[in-house]
Amino acid sequence: METIIEMRGIRKAFPGVVANDNINLVVAPGEIHAILGENGAGKSTLMSILFGLYKADRGEIFLRGEPVSIDNPNDATRLGIGMVHQHFKLVHNFTVTENIVLGQEDRANGLIQLEEAKQKIIALSDQYGLKVNPDSLIEDISVGMQQRVEILKMLYRDADILIFDEPTAVLTPQEVQELINVMRELSNEGKTIILITHKLHEIKSIADRVTVLRKGAQVAVLDVATSSIADMAEAMVGRPVVFDLQKAESTPGDVVLSVRGLSVYSPVYKKNVVNDMTFDVRRGEILCIAGVEGNGQTQLIEAIAGLTESQGEVWLLGENISDDSIRERNLKGISHIPEDRHKHGLVLDFKLSNNLILQNYFEPPMQRRMMLNFSNINEFSASLIERFDVRSGKGIHTNTRSMSGGNQQKAIIAREVIRDTDLLIAVQPTRGLDVGAIEYIHQQLIAQRDQGKAVLMVSLELDEVLSVSDRILVMFEGNHMGEFDAATVSDSELGVAMAGGNR
Amino acid sequence: MKRWWQRSALAENELFVSSLSSVLAIVIGLLFGFLLMVVVSPSESIQGFRIILTGGFNDGLLSVGSMIVFATPLIFTGLSVAFAYRTGLFNIGASGQLMMGALAATAVGVPQWWRYEGELRIAMDNPFLQLGSWHWVAALLAALLAGALWGLIPGVLKAYFNVNEVVATIMLNYIAMFVNSLVITRYLFNSLIGRAFSVVPTALFPRMGMENIFTDGLRSSQANVSFFIAIFFVIVIYFVLNYTVFGYELKAVGFNRDAARYAGMNAKRNLMLSMMISGGLAGMGGASLYLFAGRNLDPVLQILPQGFDGIAIALLGLGSPIGVFFAGMFFSSLKVGGQFLQLLSFRIEIIDIIISVVIYLAALSLILNRLVLYVLKREKQ
Repeated sequence: METIIEMRGIRKAFPGVVANDNINLVVAPGEIHAILGENGAGKSTLMSILFGLYKADRGEIFLRGEPVSIDNPNDATRLGIGMVHQHFKLVHNFTVTENIVLGQEDRANGLIQLEEAKQKIIALSDQYGLKVNPDSLIEDISVGMQQRVEILKMLYRDADILIFDEPTAVLTPQEVQELINVMRELSNEGKTIILITHKLHEIKSIADRVTVLRKGAQVAVLDVATSSIADMAEAMVGRPVVFDLQKAESTPGDVVLSVRGLSVYSPVYKKNVVNDMTFDVRRGEILCIAGVEGNGQTQLIEAIAGLTESQGEVWLLGENISDDSIRERNLKGISHIPEDRHKHGLVLDFKLSNNLILQNYFEPPMQRRMMLNFSNINEFSASLIERFDVRSGKGIHTNTRSMSGGNQQKAIIAREVIRDTDLLIAVQPTRGLDVGAIEYIHQQLIAQRDQGKAVLMVSLELDEVLSVSDRILVMFEGNHMGEFDAATVSDSELGVAMAGGNR
Repeated sequence: MKRWWQRSALAENELFVSSLSSVLAIVIGLLFGFLLMVVVSPSESIQGFRIILTGGFNDGLLSVGSMIVFATPLIFTGLSVAFAYRTGLFNIGASGQLMMGALAATAVGVPQWWRYEGELRIAMDNPFLQLGSWHWVAALLAALLAGALWGLIPGVLKAYFNVNEVVATIMLNYIAMFVNSLVITRYLFNSLIGRAFSVVPTALFPRMGMENIFTDGLRSSQANVSFFIAIFFVIVIYFVLNYTVFGYELKAVGFNRDAARYAGMNAKRNLMLSMMISGGLAGMGGASLYLFAGRNLDPVLQILPQGFDGIAIALLGLGSPIGVFFAGMFFSSLKVGGQFLQLLSFRIEIIDIIISVVIYLAALSLILNRLVLYVLKREKQ
């Protein structure tokens, strides 16, 4: 087989963990090759080695049959390798053209010459169907268009090996479809594409072959056409995966949370990032706020939890809590699994037991006469750890910072669920977690619903929205774009609403 | 099964690793001082080094007494900085808070105040004189209060206006210096000695018979009760930080203000309280610096260095109250030892150089930390 990339016996260890162990990656020219694995499986490390960001401890890289040494991203660029990072590397107050030429500007008498570059960009964007306006500022264009700019950046540098790191995480369903079309077009033009992802149906719909990594080791190289999604999932996780959540019909009861005309003004954007939102959440149902990242979901939840100032009213169990402090709201019946577990959810420098009492340290039996009661705290923490299967090196004494993301999230869920409040807010509860942990968390949310709690969830993953929730509310630029029944709504209906609808 | 004394187990023990790096900072600092003495005067260097190592024990119990007197304000300011640090605040203003504390203690302790009628300066009796044997307690409380208020200012600025406490406390050091000078020259000035009035005996810290212990028969040191008050507060702060709900909140706010707010804690109130407590501790340090015989507040425009020493002591003591106590005693021992160095042909500045090197290394403790870890984790190939 003719190969364009061959990575042989790659090993890379970080203190305490082997990120890549004897990985052999073989990619044929013109192929779309997916790299599949859970978080922490070593996908990004492997690609960082190929792109020159890390140096492998052992192993060789061959490009077009020749051994090469890639010490930094400039080497990679020179060898025709380009990468679209998960978080875009763009200068926000530069134009599209300026961003694309950045670092490779044409100069005459010390002045930048942009006209020729602009023509080249227009030609490239026509050739591959990458619609952009070369004169727009990055901060004015959509995330999908920013991604196209990143792709053009690679093409402008004549890259013929294109690495995409989780490219669909920030896109609407329509944008995902466009991206898939662009990738096909690129592949037809002879470009080689490496796609890093943990989304199985994307691989199924576009990739030719897939290399599966698990815990740093290469476990399989599969031909996508002859493998099922279940095969790939099993290779990734190491055991058969249940895709259909067992979920009974919801039986909505009384209104628990009632939001009336809630708005949040942002002095940064000089406009309402949450605009006149009105909705209810009832007992025994999961309402999910769907939308593309950055459309006001974060601020909406912060306003309900009392973390940010807002106009309008929030009612909990028939009581107006709009002027209550965060502590009062929590005590009146809000549990909150926050979006950012490192910023809000945990005090990373506390040991695990101290994090597990973050919501009840001030109540007996955790304290007596304003003194912490350590025997009760330890007993309480140990019971949570056991009940919610939180795994950690030293049990309740583990430094929280050293725990894995999934177990940190489990600890937060344990702490919030155990409070047994009427409303449970869960913001992106499965972000960055692996398949096993996601399964577990979804089951917990549904169990809470079945116990008669009202669950308000925010998620960016459409699959999650559709499989977990009973009712879906779509937000776009802070506005309420309509509510849908999760059982009957189609992907495309949601997609239209998430992209701003027919306004 | 890993035993605690094995290298890999020690490497996981954070307290051990960081303590060892503090000790390493001290050892390297001392060796550097020795090297300097070899350069300056090779023949006396061994003897000089012995004096430094002997420190506060050079002249028997008398110098132990001096060491205690020297250490007390350093323990207070070290505690002040360490406490603020544990709650996420960097208090560079311990010097200013200490000076305000010293001023308040002196104002309460002096026999008379000046008041003005037009251009006319009139003496008036200090009303605190009536307190009798409780006088010194009032002076200490005044110092505590003045320091706390001086700490509250940057606390309020940070809580409500998001002013960085580092900048605010530095500037307040200067304000404290000028306020000191103004108040002393205008209201507390003894023109015979060019300084503030001497504090009356009832306002001095009781010596509790220590003058009979820390003595060489002829002279006795000024060791007094303030040393035990400092130890008392070391224990109190240790207790508050580690065993109380209040301490839990303070640490949560210090480590992660957002998470503390999310959990419903009043981050603003905690922040202001924290700065007040920190300032109060430094303020008492000011009292311990002046409430003994033979000390008079000076209106000279100079920021007292004890507050800055407190930063170094907090660093060297790893931010823990117990560590601060030992670091304070160590600094004091070096300072007292330095005075004996002058018996040889060395200058006292050598001590300052050693202390500076120790401070630098303590500040670079991260690097030393890594060195210790490297040695511990190195496997025999």
